[in-house]
Amino acid sequence: MSTKAGTVIIGAGQAGLSCAAELRRRKYEGPVTLIGAEPALPYQRPPLSKAYLAGELPVERLWLKPEAFYPASDITCLTNARVTAIDREARQVVLADGARLAFENCVIATGGEARIPPIPGANLPGVDVLRTFAEADHLSAALEGAKSLAVIGAGYIGLEVAASARKRGLEVVVLEAAERPMARTASPILGGWFGAVHRGYGVDLRVSTPVAAILDKGGKAAGVRLADGEEIPTDTILLAAGLALNTGLAEAAGLECADGIIVDMACRTSDGDIYACGDVARFSSALYGRSVRLESVQNAIEQGKAVAAAILGEDVAYDPVPWFWSDQYELKLQIAGLIDGADMAVRRGDPEMGNFAVFHLKDSRIIACEAVNAAPEYMAAQKLIRSGKTVDPDALRNLDVAMRELLA
Amino acid sequence: MTKITFIEHDGTAHTVEAVNGLTVMETAIRNMVPGIDADCGGACACATCHVYVDEAWNGKTGERSSMEQSMLDFASDVEATSRLSCQIKVTEALDGLVVRLPEQQG
Repeated sequence: MSTKAGTVIIGAGQAGLSCAAELRRRKYEGPVTLIGAEPALPYQRPPLSKAYLAGELPVERLWLKPEAFYPASDITCLTNARVTAIDREARQVVLADGARLAFENCVIATGGEARIPPIPGANLPGVDVLRTFAEADHLSAALEGAKSLAVIGAGYIGLEVAASARKRGLEVVVLEAAERPMARTASPILGGWFGAVHRGYGVDLRVSTPVAAILDKGGKAAGVRLADGEEIPTDTILLAAGLALNTGLAEAAGLECADGIIVDMACRTSDGDIYACGDVARFSSALYGRSVRLESVQNAIEQGKAVAAAILGEDVAYDPVPWFWSDQYELKLQIAGLIDGADMAVRRGDPEMGNFAVFHLKDSRIIACEAVNAAPEYMAAQKLIRSGKTVDPDALRNLDVAMRELLA
Repeated sequence: MTKITFIEHDGTAHTVEAVNGLTVMETAIRNMVPGIDADCGGACACATCHVYVDEAWNGKTGERSSMEQSMLDFASDVEATSRLSCQIKVTEALDGLVVRLPEQQG
């Protein structure tokens, strides 16, 4: 298996690192190079909008691996290194400084960047985004001493930052163009409920409220103007409008892309020696019968591992039950599966009590579960989604029937 | 400093210096102990940092929280001494702690 060229992984996020570590765990003998554009070694992104931003987690607890891991594992991790091209003809990755790294296998784990929506003033100083460690520090510094924050976008990042900023004592307004929070990934029941929770914590959450412009005060952002003309002055502004995928390298290399880099079951792109994993990879889910792209830690880790297995010649059919979590205030939201395509929603437990789950069924089978402080429901749902077992909706909503019984 | 010993499923022992205030899971990651995945980074969301606390230490590592209990209820190979290591905070009182790792996580 040993070759000089080895594996070059573009992107040192959770997916890239997972792939590198798994290659070594599986005794891959070739060189492994992990190329990161950021100054820091691989770190956890989830806390950036949660505990880290709330000031509850020191920076040294963000690192995914200790510095010693890389030499000990014979993984070369480049930082501050930008890849400018994948030269498929020469089988080389080209770096911004002109260096060329030969590869036998290349892994694209480039993820994405915070998307900047086309709102006038979005590029003004004083408008923050949150994807990287540096951006989290910038946002945190901006929040220090600020009295108010406007968050544009009520997705997970926007709402987690809203919760963290409330913990820090700021006045927070959240502006969402869609008719409910978390509209892209969560059900109406859950989104509506989370909206009410945020309002209960004093967040001024406004849905169906597009932002027309960022207010410009002497060349610096000073608040927002809504589509109806209302102006809301705030000290700080966060754009939380989702992810802009880093597919540029793949596209320029002629690899097939369509809202992500298209990969097969073994995570191979349209070039069989080039793989993709993590947020940027679009694959066909046998479980859901459609093409999906997952922006989650779980997918980054597991797909990274799947790529490593494929590189080592294993027969890989990547087909996860997706899972995801979000911490907001004292609430732990855990989601298993994908909601789209469900024909029935079954609620178990009382939202008023603060712990409940919403199951989404299709043809009497659970395809997704949204659980709030309800780990048994979440854990059981993961197994039921995988098994495809039919369930009785009445048993599902009956708290006297333990989730374990439904697995049997 | 607090010493913690991790024993892999195959019997390989790793005795490491732990920093008080971190979790047992973080101690394993920082010391490159294989067999603890900790996919969620310690959010009690994934059950991939499962350990068995040595009998002699049972009770000294605290109680399972209700969230942790629920996660363990559905994890593999759970025993009476099972804990999620991201939920055990390292203190001086745990100097000498021994935990064993399951064959697989999740």
